[in-house]
Amino acid sequence: MSKEAILNAIRRGLKRGPLPADQRAMLEARMVARPRHLIPARSRVPRPDQIKLFIANVEKEFGTVTRVANVKEIPGAVAEYLSQQNLAPRFVMAPHPELQALPWSNRAMLEFETRRAEASDLVSVQYGYAGIAETGTLMLPSDPARPTTLNLLAETEIVVLRASRITGPYEDAWDMLRAERQDPVSGGFMPRNVMLVTGPSRSADIEQTLELGAHGPRRLHVVVVDDDPAALPG
Amino acid sequence: MVQITSPQFKENAARAIGDAGLQKALGKAKGAFLQRRGDAVARLPEFEQLREIGREIKNHTLANLDFYLETYAANVEAAGGKVHWCSTAEEARAAVLEICRNVGAKTVTKGKSMISEELGINDHLEAHGIEPVETDLGEYIIQLRREHPSHIIAPAFHLNREDWENSFREMHTDLPKDRVLSERRDILTEARTKLRHRFLAADVGITGANFLIAESGSSVIVTNEGNGDLTQTLPRVHIALASIEKMVPTLNDACALLRLLARSATGQDFSVYTTFSTGGRRPGDLDGPEEYHVVLIDNGRSNMFGTEFQEMLRCIRCAACMNHCPVYGVTGGHAYGWVYPGPMGSVLTPTLIGVDKAGHLPNASTFCGRCESVCPVKIPLPKMMRHWREREFERHLSPVAVRRNLGLWAYVAQRPALYRMATKLAVSALGLMAQGKGAFRSLPLADGWTQGRDLPVPEGGTFMDRYTKTKRGA
Repeated sequence: MSKEAILNAIRRGLKRGPLPADQRAMLEARMVARPRHLIPARSRVPRPDQIKLFIANVEKEFGTVTRVANVKEIPGAVAEYLSQQNLAPRFVMAPHPELQALPWSNRAMLEFETRRAEASDLVSVQYGYAGIAETGTLMLPSDPARPTTLNLLAETEIVVLRASRITGPYEDAWDMLRAERQDPVSGGFMPRNVMLVTGPSRSADIEQTLELGAHGPRRLHVVVVDDDPAALPG
Repeated sequence: MVQITSPQFKENAARAIGDAGLQKALGKAKGAFLQRRGDAVARLPEFEQLREIGREIKNHTLANLDFYLETYAANVEAAGGKVHWCSTAEEARAAVLEICRNVGAKTVTKGKSMISEELGINDHLEAHGIEPVETDLGEYIIQLRREHPSHIIAPAFHLNREDWENSFREMHTDLPKDRVLSERRDILTEARTKLRHRFLAADVGITGANFLIAESGSSVIVTNEGNGDLTQTLPRVHIALASIEKMVPTLNDACALLRLLARSATGQDFSVYTTFSTGGRRPGDLDGPEEYHVVLIDNGRSNMFGTEFQEMLRCIRCAACMNHCPVYGVTGGHAYGWVYPGPMGSVLTPTLIGVDKAGHLPNASTFCGRCESVCPVKIPLPKMMRHWREREFERHLSPVAVRRNLGLWAYVAQRPALYRMATKLAVSALGLMAQGKGAFRSLPLADGWTQGRDLPVPEGGTFMDRYTKTKRGA
C-alpha cells in the first residue's frame, strides 16, 4: 500500500523505524503548545496605532477604508461608497445577524438580498471576522452566515469590520478563531474555508506588471466601526 | 506530460540567447522581481531572523515527516475529507481521474500548480475525455499556446504583451475582430470574462497546495488573482494536489513561513488570497464543495531523505533563486528542459528524472551564490549542485575532455611546488603574449572561455608572489 511505502521510505532515509512513544508524545505536545515564532515588531503598538496601521496597510494594498463611529452609520457609509463609485445601490449581503439588524430602512434606496453570491451580483457586503494590522489583512472564515462566494464573485466587495476585531499579528486572529470556534468534544475549530484577504484581486502575469481586478473583486472597501473605546485615536 | 529536453540544455540555452522576443521579455521582467523583493525585505527588519526560523521549522518537520503526515491525514479525515496516498505520478494521475469519473466530470477548472505539471494531469484528463481548464492568467495563455510554464510563479515569464494579444485574437474567435487589446488591462478583462463561464460550469476544481497543516488537516493556497479560490469554491468537488514536503506542524508554523513566502516571491508583504481549506461543505453552509480530496504525492521525494539532497525538501517554491540567477536571467526557464527551472530546478530535477538526463543543469551555474543568499529557508543550492557534479564525475557521465583536464589540474594542484611553477610560467607567458594589451579577445585552447568574454591579462605576478611580499612588508 502506498501509504506504508511512503512512510517506510522516509523512515529508511532517516535511518530509524517508527518514532517511539515518548518522541511521539513530545511532538503531540508541540502541536498542542503550538509555539509562536518571532512576531515582527511592526504590529506590537498601542491599540489606536494598531487600527491606524491596519487602515494604512489596506490602503497600501489598493483597498479603501471608511471609518464610522457606530453601527448605525454603516448603511449610510455603504450608500455613500456606492454612489462615489457610480455603482447602482444594489448588493448581495451576508446573512449575518449583525448585518441584518442594521437600520437599512433609513436608506430606502438601498436594495439588497441576503444569500450567497451569484455570478450576476455586482456588489457584495460581507461581515468581517477579524482584521490583521501587520499587513492590512481581513480574516474571512466560512460559515452559514458568511458565504465564501461573497468574497469572490462580485466586482466590488464591501467588508464591515468592528475595530475591536482588529489584531496585531496573524497569530492573534487565529487564537481568536480557535477560542470562539473550538468544538469541546473533538477539539476541531477550523471552518471549511478561511480566507485571508489583503486588498483587491490582481495579476502581474502580463510582463510582470501589476494590474488590479483579475478573477476576484476589482475593488475592496472596508467599513471600520469604532466600537472599541481603547482603539479610538487619542 | 512535459517532454524532457534537459539533456539538450546547451542547445536550448544557445537558442534562448538568440531569441530576441525571449530576451526582451526577460530583460523587462528580471529587474521588477529583484526590486520588489529588495523593497519588501527592507520593510521588515526581522527578515533575516525569520529565514533562520523558516529553516528550523522545515528541518523539524522533515525529521519527523512520517509522524506529521499520519497526523495530518487523520485530521483531514476527521474533517470529512479524503486523503489519497500516491507513491508515483501514475498513481496520482489515476486517483485524480477516478475522483473526476465518480462525479461524471466533463470539465475541470485548475488553479496554478507545479505538481500538476510534474504529474502531467492535463494530458491524462484530456486523454480520458475530460477537459482541463487552466484559470491562472499565466497558465491560461500557456494552455492556449500549448506551451509549458517557464517560471514556477510566473508561468508566462517568457511572453511579451504582443504575444498575449496575438494568442487571444487567434483563440477567442467568437469575439469581434476589431476589439481593442492594446493595454494589459484589456487582456486581463477579456480573460476574466472568458474564464468566468468556465468557473461556473466546472464539475471539479483542482488546486495545488503551498502548505499542509498537520494540527488541523488543512491545505493552503497562496494566490493574487482569486482564480484558485473560485476553482476550489464553485464546483462540487475540490481536489488539492500536494507533495509530501508541503507539511508544517501548526498554523503558527505556517504564519512564520507565510511571512517569508510572498516577500521572497513577488515582493509583496502578503499575497492577496491566502486560503485554508479543511474538509467539504458543513451543515448550513450556502456554498463550497461537497467533496474535498487531497492527493498526497511522493514521486521521488522520500528517496531524498538521508542523502545530500534532503535539505532541498525545505523549498517553499518562492522562485527567488531563479529571479536572482544570472544563468536563468539569460536562458529563461524553458532551456532547463523540464518542470522546475533555475537553481532549485538544477538541484531537484536530477533527483526526480535522473542525473543521466539532467546532468547539464547543475553545471549551468557560475556558483555566484546569490540563490543561496536569497533563499527564504537557506537551502545551500550551490553546495548541492556541486554534489551533483561529483556524482556525475563518479558515474563517468561527464565528457572525456573534462575528466582528463580535471585530472591534470588535480595532479598539479596537489603539488604546491609544481603548481607555483606552472602558474608563474603561465603569468609571464600571458604577459608576453599580451604585447601591452589589457585583455585577450581570443586565446588558443581557451576559446570556450573567450567566445563569451575577454580574459584580462594578469598583472603583478601570482597570488603567492604578492602574498610573500605583503607578509615581508607587515
